[in-house]
Amino acid sequence: MYDVAIIGAGVVGGMVARTLSAYNLKICILEKENDVASGATKANSAIVHAGFDAKEGTLKAKLNVEGSKMMEKVTKELGVKYKKNGSLVIGFNEEDKLAIEELLERGKINGVEGLRIIEKEEIKKLEPNISDNVTVALYAPTGAIVCPYELCIAAVGNAMDNGADLKLNFEVSSIEKEDEGYKICSEKESIKAKFVVNAAGVFSDEIAKMAGDSSFTITPRRGQYILLDKECGNLVSHTIFRTPSKMGKGILVSPTVDGNLLTGPTSVDIEDKEDVSCTPECFEKIIKEANENVDGIPYNKTITSFCGLRATGSTGDFIINSPTHRFINVAAIESPGLTASPAIAEMVKELLVNEGVKLTEKENYNPFRKAMHAFREATIEEKNEVIKKDKSFGRIICRCEGVSEGEILEAIRTNPKPTDLDGVKRRTRAQMGRCQGGFCSPYIISLLAKELNIPCEDVTKFGKGSKLITGRTGEEIER
Amino acid sequence: MTDLVIIGGGPAGMSAAIAARKKGIKDIIILERDSSLGGILQQCIHNGFGLHKFSEEMTGPEYAWRYEKEVKELGIEYKLNTMVIDISEDRVVTATNSEDGIFQIQARAVILAMGCRERAKGALNISGTRPSGIYSAGTAQKLVNMEGYMPGKKVVVLGSGDIGLIMARRMTLEGAEVKAVCELMPYSGGLARNIEQCLNDFSIPLKLSHTVVKIHGENRVEGITIARVDERRKPIKGTEEYIECDTLLLSVGLIPENELSKSAGITLDASTNGAIVDQDRQTNCEGIFACGNVLHVHDLVDFVSDEAEIAGISAADYINNVCEEKININVKTDGKIRYTIPQVITKKKDVTVYFRVSDVFRNKKICVYDGKRLVFSKKKAKLAPGEMESIKLMGDMLDNSTELMFKLEEA
Ligand SMILES: Cc1cc2nc3c(=O)[nH]c(=O)nc-3n(C[C@H](O)[C@H](O)[C@H](O)COP(=O)(O)OP(=O)(O)OC[C@H]3O[C@@H](n4cnc5c(N)ncnc54)[C@H](O)[C@@H]3O)c2cc1C
Ligand SMILES: Cc1cc2nc3c(=O)[nH]c(=O)nc-3n(C[C@H](O)[C@H](O)[C@H](O)COP(=O)(O)OP(=O)(O)OC[C@H]3O[C@@H](n4cnc5c(N)ncnc54)[C@H](O)[C@@H]3O)c2cc1C
Repeated sequence: MYDVAIIGAGVVGGMVARTLSAYNLKICILEKENDVASGATKANSAIVHAGFDAKEGTLKAKLNVEGSKMMEKVTKELGVKYKKNGSLVIGFNEEDKLAIEELLERGKINGVEGLRIIEKEEIKKLEPNISDNVTVALYAPTGAIVCPYELCIAAVGNAMDNGADLKLNFEVSSIEKEDEGYKICSEKESIKAKFVVNAAGVFSDEIAKMAGDSSFTITPRRGQYILLDKECGNLVSHTIFRTPSKMGKGILVSPTVDGNLLTGPTSVDIEDKEDVSCTPECFEKIIKEANENVDGIPYNKTITSFCGLRATGSTGDFIINSPTHRFINVAAIESPGLTASPAIAEMVKELLVNEGVKLTEKENYNPFRKAMHAFREATIEEKNEVIKKDKSFGRIICRCEGVSEGEILEAIRTNPKPTDLDGVKRRTRAQMGRCQGGFCSPYIISLLAKELNIPCEDVTKFGKGSKLITGRTGEEIER
Repeated sequence: MTDLVIIGGGPAGMSAAIAARKKGIKDIIILERDSSLGGILQQCIHNGFGLHKFSEEMTGPEYAWRYEKEVKELGIEYKLNTMVIDISEDRVVTATNSEDGIFQIQARAVILAMGCRERAKGALNISGTRPSGIYSAGTAQKLVNMEGYMPGKKVVVLGSGDIGLIMARRMTLEGAEVKAVCELMPYSGGLARNIEQCLNDFSIPLKLSHTVVKIHGENRVEGITIARVDERRKPIKGTEEYIECDTLLLSVGLIPENELSKSAGITLDASTNGAIVDQDRQTNCEGIFACGNVLHVHDLVDFVSDEAEIAGISAADYINNVCEEKININVKTDGKIRYTIPQVITKKKDVTVYFRVSDVFRNKKICVYDGKRLVFSKKKAKLAPGEMESIKLMGDMLDNSTELMFKLEEA
């Protein structure tokens, strides 16, 4: 019997697990995919929002500002890349200027520090490549960027290092109330827990229904991105937002913590909660709008494009509550959910205490985790020390990102252990460069096969049926 | 201090090393990141290498072996499993391997011979899902020829470059069903002989002016939608066609591997994506030379070997301080001719200029102008982007000019 079961291993589930793992609780995280960080957490803008966006008085506003203040410390403990690069909301005309003044006011009420409005000359000084048509901007020095999947992986890994269990490929299909708590079932297996946290992203309405709560629904709102080569990462140094309008927040242009350039997202309501396919209209929209914001974005240096689904709730705000005894919803966590995640975790902890969870601090709790990029960032001397002890760190496997075999093996052996190509990619950056795994994926397939002691044919891209190899050469092929 | 450091042990690197050694350079080292010499040729197990240079038909590994044997016979030093991670303008080469860790070599001269890589799917902005089963053709080639694995059973190839054509045949021979090869352009980018031997001989349809507009399948590719494109290469509504398949192979272009060149401050040519070089294959950085696919993408390895010899000999002359009178001529093109190698001429002697055209042309005249003066012309019945052309200019034609213009005119 677990004390707490957390459904969903996105950044929210991960941060909740980590926060709770500081106490003497038996925790289990349930995730339907083959790896953590497989939902919205792997495909978003990666911005630590300053907090001037959300309407004053909402949970979104409160948790955004709190989360943004906690993020630097959390990322330091977990060894996750974080950079306080500041953000700009740019305006092109008088109407935008009025909207920007409103954002400034709202930001002040929400408690965002350092906000100010700047004019063309100063904007150009901060961002020489910004479009000449930009006349005014809101400058938010506390805006930052973070690697979202790294944060999630590190949070889950840290929780596991502190005793939490993770069950992958566990798709919750029913929840039964029992005397002492809940029985949580997939089609194949089940676990029991005294308390349940529903952090299932776009599916959180369905999980809530399984526990008898039909008070809200979630609509997936798809956002598409185009990511450019590291060569382009210096085009801007701040995150460049457009002034929000009736048409939405528009396309942003931002560097990522790894030095690429990210442009997007679009915003399209869809029905299918798994449909992350890219559309030609969205490609066009991104390119057109991003080019209005910043001059000279070299789209011929595109390395990949992808989509994420926002879990847009029917209430307009985050839904964090306890609709029924011992069951906590953490639902409708759309943007700024990544930013807010450390604060959300604290709030969930409080709610669990209200529901009767007893918290006693773990004696040997360790809040720290070794950075996944530690070797990459080391000096030549430090690297040579490591290579002397373990030669595999001298052997480069991913040539675009310069990732060694040692780093890949270390990732495969570290909690939460990846078992597929995408999992290795998100932990090491191998396959994330300009050739997108063209060169290194065959090597990584064989490394995974060897480590997991399975045939190469069974290695997948992201679990389920995403097989990479269909057989050996020389075999009969059934058609 | 090492006399000559060669980065990459493919046909270009090996041929350059051999040429420099024959010119008397003793202190040479080849750094190669792979576990053997030979470069991309190791996975090209088909025939067709060496026709021009040796008048015989060899497979890729056989061609590479000739050079590897000579490298060994000449006692040229090489380090395998060694990846160069940085080159500085003053020729300090930083590399890493598991035995030496990260180490640096100061070189008198450097030859860049890093080859090229395939353009990835990301650059294409194809709509639809992101399942497994999408490979670049070279990755598939490596899986099949080197590791003995089949990447799929029902295949569509996008792009009719040589690797795509060769892989269409290879997959067919291995028992897979290749349903079509789609090409965005109205002509194939591959060699005519490959279209004949890899597609026509196996009745694989080549769909010109077609592209993939959507990928289907959640986990593994289940099918793709292709469509015809107009003159602006935009898909035409209503021409969509669904093809069921489990694999999409991309052969959509090769890009010279020039990340290191950039770190050394070498100026690149926007058309070739390789360095701007003179007739010696020397870049704007003194003492740094480039040859093979890192300089511009070749379709025939024979030309790679020739070019690498030039670089090897020139590097040797550079190390031996051979001085010659300098001139400075920029070679320009009219767009119909896409690029030339070299782009700069600095010595007043005979020079072969290699070039590629940007479209298929018939009955044209290749003209070279010095200002208004026509210094060279030659008729050509057919020119295609897939085939590299060359002309030879005599040293005495280069009198006093500062710029040569390469043009295609009506014959
Ligand atoms: C386009 C876009 C841009 C964004 N930009 C930003 C930004 O810049 N800054 C910011 O702060 N926030 C941003 N967000 C919001 C942020 O990404 C999310 O708030 C955050 O990732 C939500 O995390 P999560 O854990 O709730 O959801 P998810 O990451 O979706 O995790 C939910 C998990 O639950 C699992 N699951 C679902 N159903 C079941 C089941 N039945 N059984 C077991 N497991 C299940 C899923 O597989 C998934 O892994 C953006 C979101 C999107 C989509
Ligand atoms: C699929 C395919 C089919 C072909 N078919 C034919 C054919 O039928 N006939 C024909 O004549 N030609 C053919 N060619 C063309 C010919 O083989 C190539 O043009 C030739 O191999 C290029 O030689 P290279 O030495 O420039 O590059 P490569 O062979 O790519 O060698 C470059 C070497 O440099 C190494 N390297 C790169 N970066 C570093 C670094 N940082 N540190 C250390 N080492 C590094 C690489 O590992 C590689 O070994 C074909 C090419 C391909 C790809």
